[in-house]
Amino acid sequence: MIAHALFFYFFSVIAIVSAIFVIVSRNTVHAVFFLILDFISIACLFIMIGAEFLGMMMLIVYVGAVAVLFLFVVMLMNVTEQKSSWFRGTKKSNHIPTGLIVGSVILLELIVIVGGWKYRDTFSETKFLSFDKEFTNTHAIGNVMYTEYIHLFQISGIILLLAMIGAIVLTFRKREGVKTQSYFKQVSREREDSVELVDVEFDKGVKFDD
Amino acid sequence: MEFIYTIYNETYKILLLLIPLLISVALIVWFDRRVWGFVQKRKGPNVVGPFGLFQTVADALKYIFKEIIIPASANKIVFILAPIVTMTLALSAWSVIPLSERIIIADINVGVLYIFAISSLGVYGIIMGGWASNSKYPFLGSIRSAAQMVSYEVSIGIIIINVLLCVGSLNLKDIVLAQEKLWFVVPLFPMFVIFFISALAETNRPPFDLPEAEAELVAGYQTEYSGMMYAMFWLGEYANILLLCALGSILFLGGWLSPIDIYPFNIIPGVFWMIFKILLLFFMFAIIKAIVPRYRYDQLMKLGWKVFLPFSLLYVVLTASFLVYFDLLPK
Repeated sequence: MIAHALFFYFFSVIAIVSAIFVIVSRNTVHAVFFLILDFISIACLFIMIGAEFLGMMMLIVYVGAVAVLFLFVVMLMNVTEQKSSWFRGTKKSNHIPTGLIVGSVILLELIVIVGGWKYRDTFSETKFLSFDKEFTNTHAIGNVMYTEYIHLFQISGIILLLAMIGAIVLTFRKREGVKTQSYFKQVSREREDSVELVDVEFDKGVKFDD
Repeated sequence: MEFIYTIYNETYKILLLLIPLLISVALIVWFDRRVWGFVQKRKGPNVVGPFGLFQTVADALKYIFKEIIIPASANKIVFILAPIVTMTLALSAWSVIPLSERIIIADINVGVLYIFAISSLGVYGIIMGGWASNSKYPFLGSIRSAAQMVSYEVSIGIIIINVLLCVGSLNLKDIVLAQEKLWFVVPLFPMFVIFFISALAETNRPPFDLPEAEAELVAGYQTEYSGMMYAMFWLGEYANILLLCALGSILFLGGWLSPIDIYPFNIIPGVFWMIFKILLLFFMFAIIKAIVPRYRYDQLMKLGWKVFLPFSLLYVVLTASFLVYFDLLPK
């Protein structure tokens, strides 16, 4: 039990400290690395409360895919250099007031939600619940997700699909003069299409079209 | 007191897995170079020890005694962290691999997801190394590698879904036990082929070794690394290759089960079958390294997204419909 508590405090301290460092660190790439550390420690906390499926999904989706894209954007745009000027306050900018407004709105929302928090009447503490050892939480999530919440599940899938198509449509542009490889063309090329035998007349030469 | 005893017990178990694993990584490097040599009608490493078996040990000693050079403009902490991350992740994934019915450190319910998560974390070692070097070739190499690994992870994920549909559990032991009658390589043969090719791409092996394409990028993300730090990248890479071979043999080749369940075969302990299957897959990895030319980058992306992804998605639909139609779904 003590070991469990120790691990809990270990991971939660890492989560909070790295979350603070995400905001504080001046190097944006470091900030993303701290964000990844935060995701990982939260995944560990999920695993500690027995939600191993959620923990693993957190690792696969957030750390394995979303944060990689974050890193890509931050590294390729080289935000590090732009940022330092308004951190030092040499340049006037309206980033800080905007950030403050957005931050206070989110804080207010959190206060409203957490302040009005009430447990459901049928709520019972987890330690009184009895679980079947064979019935893993992957099964439990699957049973609920594909029966009770199937419509919400399908709708969220369709929204994601739409977002994907939208992103492709927004960034897609047709470029002229791009040479692409066509396997079919390469394989179906015959001798007659590509080789032409010409009798060259002396002292006149041959003129080609292209 | 009991707490300390548990820690002692677990450490003992972990060391019992890790030390043979590191030794076999060293041997597998030798095997790889040897196969590569024989295909090209060379001898390969054959001087140090019997058949050149200790060549890797000699190499490792050389790396240990070489100076570690950190470039002046590198980001020091991230630069040092990158090989550590690569190797730690490559080794930690081995904790859930069942080498036989009893030889397994952590028998967890979400074994497949754990391996999948850890291998998707493997990208970070490479990105960190490439970025922290603060140099063009490593950065290009790491960007290429990250894009490649993320794309092929998608197809590996969908292939795993195919297997999971037939098993009905995410536990690696259950996956092996579900193949007692028929190995999944038979009904899911196209998926096995795609898994194998994706595994090549996932571990940056030839013909998909674009991140370290020596003709274009010197050595990709490892360019600035030297000494023991380079060796750690290298060990991590081979441990990852072995891991994917093990995953392939668990998912498709029946893990520790013997090929035929008759007298002389089924008294051989499962560990030997497992190791034999891992080696068989690794032999295929090595042969492919020797005989196939490198892909172009756009061809690699095209193969991943336009061929493998739609095909494996279609196969998921096929497998699911087959299982539902013939009422074969696991409970």
